Amino acid sequence: MTVALPAGEIAGKLETKFPGCFEEGGKDNLLVKADSLLDVAAFLKDQPDLKFDYLNYVTAVDYYAYFEIVYQLTSLEHNRSIVFRTRAYGRDNPTMPSVTGLWRGADFQEREIFDLFGVAFTGHPNLKRIFLWEGFQGHPLRKDWNG
Amino acid sequence: MEINYGKEYIYDSADLDRHEGRVIEDLKAGSRVSIPDPDAWLEEGRRNILLTSVDAIIDWARRSSLWPAICFPACCAFEFIAANGPRFDLSRFGMEILRASPRQADLMITAGTLTWKMAPNVRRIYDQMPEPKWVIAMGACGISGGIFRSSYNVVPGYNKILPVDVYVPGCPPRPEALIYGIQLLQKKIAKAHAVPDLPKLPEIPRL
Repeated sequence: MTVALPAGEIAGKLETKFPGCFEEGGKDNLLVKADSLLDVAAFLKDQPDLKFDYLNYVTAVDYYAYFEIVYQLTSLEHNRSIVFRTRAYGRDNPTMPSVTGLWRGADFQEREIFDLFGVAFTGHPNLKRIFLWEGFQGHPLRKDWNG
Repeated sequence: MEINYGKEYIYDSADLDRHEGRVIEDLKAGSRVSIPDPDAWLEEGRRNILLTSVDAIIDWARRSSLWPAICFPACCAFEFIAANGPRFDLSRFGMEILRASPRQADLMITAGTLTWKMAPNVRRIYDQMPEPKWVIAMGACGISGGIFRSSYNVVPGYNKILPVDVYVPGCPPRPEALIYGIQLLQKKIAKAHAVPDLPKLPEIPRL
């Protein structure tokens, strides 16, 4: 059974490696700033004692003030998993760096978030709608969407 | 890690997406009103009683060898599979052959929820089926969209995009219900006039 890595165990390590990478009060639940997302993700993937080489999922939650993007990673080597999150602010044009360069599996899931939440992923190789058709108005999974 | 997106095709993939979007929007705009069920000819048959032996033979042949097209977008398909299996055995009604090519099929069983993204493809399968062809709307979603009716991307009933002959309610319908629906369709086919021209079918918006 894959064991969830406690956030406290990894948060200190990340804090010393990337000072200021967490949002305010985000140290306990690994709430990473969007600016340092790629650094943190690459660190989690490449560090030999972490080696989170498998991306379980990327998903998003709409909290009105911001969109929270949630990532779950698993290390197949150490049999550990971890969940960390970032926030994309703004409702008109929220953006988030894409992690497709690290985990290819993020490709379709980031497109899904782009389609249904309208969060644009910068650096994504093929960012376009995946479930709905070209020309569909709005993003249906947003809380303020009325169809 | 570089993946070459859409460059190896003749058409630019963005153009294809835009074309698909236009097709879906056109279909959606042209599907506000349900297509009336194609049973005007039943009335015609009642007015001009002209039953010939040719009619009898042709109708018998048609209703005894209904070949369904394989077009099952959602979960009602499993009920159809059950009906097709040994316990319920659809072969008894001459329809054990599922046709992967719509050009060899004459019955479409619309088993399941249909999204607008999928709608042009189902419509295309229907258009590729040769005349005469029949449609059974199977299940709540096929009839009216079911519990997904108010969704933003679900077609509220197949009769918005296809003329439907028989409606089989249920969520999903039991195989017995589906078999009953098929028998009703066979009774309907038995009344068809094969020899005189059929009345003009209702205008269906073309894609």
